[in-house]
Amino acid sequence: MNEERGTRNEEPLLEVRHLVKHFPIKSGVLLDREVARVQAVDDVSLTLSEGETLGLVGESGCGKSTLCRTLLRLIEPTSGSIRFEGREIGGISQRELRPLRREMQMIFQDPFSSLNPRRRVGQIVGDPMRLHGLAEGSDVKRMVEELLDRVGLSAEHYNRFPHEFSGGQRQRIGIARALGLRPKLIVADEPVSALDVSIQAQIINLLDDLQDEFGLTYIFVAHDLGVVRHISDRIAVMYLGKIVETAPAQKLYTDPVHPYTVALLSAVPIPDPKENREREPLVLEGDVPSPVNPPSGCRFHTRCPWASAVCSEIEPPLMDFGEGRIAACHHPRNVSAEQAASAEVVPESPQTAGAARPDVEPAQA
Amino acid sequence: MTLLQVNDLQVHFETEDGLVRAVDGVSFSVEEGKTLGIVGESGCGKSVANLSVLGLTRSPNARISGSALFEGEDLLALGTERLRRIRGNEAAMIFQDPLSSLHPFYDIGTQLIEAVQAHQNVPTSAARDRAIELLELVGIPDPARRADHYPHEMSGGMRQRVMIAMALVNEPKLLIADEPTTALDVTIQAQILQLLERLQDELGMAVIIITHDLGVVAEVADRVAVMYAGRIVEDGTLDEIFYEPQHPYTWGLLGSLSRLDRPRPRRLPQIPGMPPSLLAPPEGCHFRPRCPHAFEKCQEVPPLESRLAEAPDHLDRCWLDPDEKRSKREVEGRIGLEAPD
Repeated sequence: MNEERGTRNEEPLLEVRHLVKHFPIKSGVLLDREVARVQAVDDVSLTLSEGETLGLVGESGCGKSTLCRTLLRLIEPTSGSIRFEGREIGGISQRELRPLRREMQMIFQDPFSSLNPRRRVGQIVGDPMRLHGLAEGSDVKRMVEELLDRVGLSAEHYNRFPHEFSGGQRQRIGIARALGLRPKLIVADEPVSALDVSIQAQIINLLDDLQDEFGLTYIFVAHDLGVVRHISDRIAVMYLGKIVETAPAQKLYTDPVHPYTVALLSAVPIPDPKENREREPLVLEGDVPSPVNPPSGCRFHTRCPWASAVCSEIEPPLMDFGEGRIAACHHPRNVSAEQAASAEVVPESPQTAGAARPDVEPAQA
Repeated sequence: MTLLQVNDLQVHFETEDGLVRAVDGVSFSVEEGKTLGIVGESGCGKSVANLSVLGLTRSPNARISGSALFEGEDLLALGTERLRRIRGNEAAMIFQDPLSSLHPFYDIGTQLIEAVQAHQNVPTSAARDRAIELLELVGIPDPARRADHYPHEMSGGMRQRVMIAMALVNEPKLLIADEPTTALDVTIQAQILQLLERLQDELGMAVIIITHDLGVVAEVADRVAVMYAGRIVEDGTLDEIFYEPQHPYTWGLLGSLSRLDRPRPRRLPQIPGMPPSLLAPPEGCHFRPRCPHAFEKCQEVPPLESRLAEAPDHLDRCWLDPDEKRSKREVEGRIGLEAPD
């Protein structure tokens, strides 16, 4: 949670470069002809330092879940590189990957379907430890009981089945299962979206404590900006398969650069009637376009209130607008004239956008 | 003018495990043209209470008592036929999940036409015109073409617009919206909330919005009822609930909100524990086991009444003295529930 963590300068734990995942759409009777591609993740680059939490935010269908699964190689990437602790894992075989799986764990959104209803809690949490050879015999039981206690359940839950628990408790079981393997990286895919507000805070606080205790690195996925703010050091905003903005957590909320981030922030209802009456929220029109046939140029231009002709023609590269804010926009918000003038294209920028630096016109939102 | 007055509604279900007291003495009212927000966590009975008002929970194992006066008629006592004439006509409902609420085999035009003809004796062509008019009203582009589309061809936001159009077929006086935006993305949620507000202004209907999100309530409601474990624990105007909350559960809800427009707290405030089982709720105040301010008196059920001389319509179910409440709800300079030791 502390601010220094994000800026620590050492070998990153995870480095993703130009990761692409396209799903082919096939049709035809005899020959499966590829007729189109769902461009779920389209040239995404991320860097994650040890102990850091990256919040990943975007609306449904923007590719955030596909990105998570691809970077853990739960689905095979179309192209691109994934380096974990300096080692390329993009191309290695499943057998070589298996020992690394212990170090990269996932927590899922739905605490109902992600736990086997026919297994007891002790087995759900203990089996991965046994499979990875971390414990044997009676040690497993002891370690599981310790873990259950640590995540806020109790040792007597060892022999219960998942259906005997509430949503929040099940999410704790999922956390214990991930934690049992002593992972370095935990990818939490919308871990609190299915929970009630009062329980959400409990789970987020728990994840926060565990991070301090075990030195974990998180990728924390959410579909709105309210949830991730608390836990993230840096936040990446995705739209239609691309990262449109990355910024330090506080900065993203006070000075968002990309119009989509501005809109996402504005869409979160403020739980304060007086401030609500005073503000004029920016409501985006229309729906997210299909990732099969994404708009040309900047993918957000069809819904962007500030779009101009250039936006539909030229894809903006990711540029560094200072203070850690990296965004892909021709008309950045909350950026001074000097910052816009000195903005440089970053190496993480999508290859399709090219390295040429376009003219950006800053606008104060 | 009061449009709907619900008095002491009790909805209990007999199950194999025992009697589930889903709704345990709930009273609220909705004024014509106004919006009532009903807030609570899952399983608190907010949906069951409203489904029961429209007679949608009548079943052999349900025990329903109390009254729900809609324009002077008790909906709970009405026969199925008469109720059917009111439902979808004068009082309509929209649900959380627009995909499972629309029939997947029929195009949306057909489904809207059916809704029109269920209550109005008009030829199909006129009903279709009405359907297209409604789709236009709820902001669906190219409504004539869209009417031939099937639910699976539409996005979640579009489907929710169709559900709203269907509810508006007969220009109801009361619209009950059960978590209308929970399944939607934030930017689409903003669109739907804006649409509901516009429609309410244009058509002058009363709206009950059921939600777990206090942010949504702050945007649309005039009055708010907070529910916990089958009971209303606090009922007041929007500003009273947000700035003068009387019940510790409301403090907890307000405190656990993550405010984007404020600096982030070191730790997210949380309400300890879990909501009780409705099979065996605690004696007395249902919030007692989670409440850091509970004392002996809380073993008795506090009545829902005003405890403030200056606000006779601001009701709550908490035994604490108003002055005590004022000091106890302040946690680190804002409203919240203090953490137990």
